[in-house]
Amino acid sequence: MFDKFLIQPASLRNTGPADAPTGFAFEAKLGYYRGLGLSMIEELNVSIDGESLAREAVTFDEGPGPITLDAMETAYDRRWAFGAPATISVAHPGGFPEGEHRLTFQQKLRVSYLPFPSFNTDDKVLSL
Amino acid sequence: MTSKIKRGVSLYSFQEEMFLGKMTPEDCMAFAASIGAHGIEILPEQNMPTFPNITDAQIGQWQDMLARHAAHFTCYDMFLDTKLRKDRLMSDEEQIESILRDLKLCNRLGIRNMRILIFVRPDILEKCVPYAEQYDVHMGVEVHAPWYLDHAWILRTIEVADRLKTKHLGILPDMGIFMKHYPPAFRARFERQGARPEVAQFIVDSHEQKIMCEYTIYEVAVKMGGNKAEVAMAETLRHAPFANPKRIGDFAPYFRHIQAKFYEMTPDCTDPSLAYDEVIPQLVKAGWEGTLSSEYEGNRWIQDVEEVDSREQVRRQHVMFERLIAQAEAEVEPA
Repeated sequence: MFDKFLIQPASLRNTGPADAPTGFAFEAKLGYYRGLGLSMIEELNVSIDGESLAREAVTFDEGPGPITLDAMETAYDRRWAFGAPATISVAHPGGFPEGEHRLTFQQKLRVSYLPFPSFNTDDKVLSL
Repeated sequence: MTSKIKRGVSLYSFQEEMFLGKMTPEDCMAFAASIGAHGIEILPEQNMPTFPNITDAQIGQWQDMLARHAAHFTCYDMFLDTKLRKDRLMSDEEQIESILRDLKLCNRLGIRNMRILIFVRPDILEKCVPYAEQYDVHMGVEVHAPWYLDHAWILRTIEVADRLKTKHLGILPDMGIFMKHYPPAFRARFERQGARPEVAQFIVDSHEQKIMCEYTIYEVAVKMGGNKAEVAMAETLRHAPFANPKRIGDFAPYFRHIQAKFYEMTPDCTDPSLAYDEVIPQLVKAGWEGTLSSEYEGNRWIQDVEEVDSREQVRRQHVMFERLIAQAEAEVEPA
């Protein structure tokens, strides 16, 4: 749901020192028609040119501060609100690679009333 | 006979524009009021960003917003996160606690109808009835496709309501159960995804003939060597029932609100898929008193190729409601 609207393309940026970036970050929305507690966001997978980056490299921040995907599993008091951008940060030495690259962002959600997990995927060719 | 049916909208209808930041809840409310749909159904988990922590000041802001547009709340759509934890399902006590949290907020908002997700167990709801009575909220289990009014799962809720002789537990029909014709918007998206027109036509024809879905799915997946989009399209038939509109009057005592689901309205204000022309006369005949609350769900079927205009879709549905209600009032003899 809302797949093509998940990644906020203008928000892509490198993180860390300008001359030696340690990663990159972008803003993204939750592909769902309501907000969801962080404990039910099972995966936030980031790929560059089809190559999936490590789960441990990704952190999430809807406002209160960055949190790892493992810590999200028990973050029962935090929610990703409907339509609200959150920051997805990825540790990636050198930052987002130079030139045009395909950035893929996939969310795996545990929606209680569905018998199966819900997946949302956005895929954009971006450059810094 | 004069109908007591009122018109309203669910803010769900404007999810595309709200998600994209093009409309606020107040914009939705103002639009609804402009087409005479003064009843507002809300999804606190969608429309209240600080949910579940809602202050009295926030509630006051919502009430002021309603007053500015001469609107009123009709229904509160609850959710239940039984899978909140990765390691186990919520216990029964935790589920009841979560529903109680919603009943309290519903009451604070001055809303007397709550949409209960259909997967919530009837025995859990039975334990919530004393709270629903205390907070004066009707818990209506959403009768959503592929379930239907006479489905055994729904009859369990009816049985509980009858046994407890309570007015605070019942159902809440979603008009998606009356899918008489396969939605053109569904077909078009599957064709964009690679479904061959002849296979799509076979699926549409099968639905039109009300052939039980598993025959069609097997035919498409195995005998026709269906591709991914074709099999996915055939599988939507599992969720595309046409329930008998004549039965809705029999269930009228158990519901006070209707989610008027729709996927698309034509420019001449007809629904090409859902049989509102058969359902509305039955509601009028039954003397049903409640709100037909628009629930536009077409955005997800077209957002890949076009800009969604939820306002125009909702407007057309209300033109249809007015037409069908007036026709039924003229034709239906008083009981």
